[in-house]
Amino acid sequence: MSPRAAWRLESLGFGEVYDYVDGKVDWMAAGLPTEGTNAGRPRAGDAARKDVPTAGLKERLGDVRDRIRAMGWDAVVVVNEERVVLGLLRSKELDGDADLHIEQAMRPGPSTFRPYVSIKEMATFMVEHKLESAPVTTSDGRLVGLLLQQDAIRLAGEK
Amino acid sequence: MTARSSTPPTPTKNVPTEIDRERLQALVARGAQLVEVLPAEEYEEDHLPAAVSLPLRHVDKEATTLLDRNRPVIVYCWDTA
Repeated sequence: MSPRAAWRLESLGFGEVYDYVDGKVDWMAAGLPTEGTNAGRPRAGDAARKDVPTAGLKERLGDVRDRIRAMGWDAVVVVNEERVVLGLLRSKELDGDADLHIEQAMRPGPSTFRPYVSIKEMATFMVEHKLESAPVTTSDGRLVGLLLQQDAIRLAGEK
Repeated sequence: MTARSSTPPTPTKNVPTEIDRERLQALVARGAQLVEVLPAEEYEEDHLPAAVSLPLRHVDKEATTLLDRNRPVIVYCWDTA
């Protein structure tokens, strides 16, 4: 749609026309502010826990489990050096053999969600699919945080 | 060896230029006009800060009154579709 608008503006005599081709999806996925009736409503990116622990593929499961449970967590997101999400371990995976590497124990390719999704939509989806937590990422897969079902339900209920 | 210029590309005359988010922010800081061309209902829900609404179907009739021809214009919609 925007390319057609850009070309039409050019033909109407506008001399310097640009097309932000990645559009509103890209802007919102980056967690940047918007204006409008939905702007003040909580979204996945607002509620996601930014302090979620992360782990690398080659770490030992037992070491990661001890580290993150000492921090009070029962989930860990597996990322590479660019913070791109590669996997997820929830409580079930964390209870695996301590000597496994993370890449052997993790749930690979977990479903991820964009930061702009409304918290109400997230709460409904997470309950329906029995997701205790869900990674929130930018459109290029970088970790924003981990949304906990309890947080999503609480915030959705407040609105 | 050929030296590369660090100056951002300027559009060839009368050819819309595709830009990314960083370039958009730089252009807006310079006074570019930001225009959402999606239907007005979608604009009402969420739009980029300071953007104006000019749905595609209204461009012909309203562009010249709503926008300044002498300033850069950036259009956007939902995504690349």
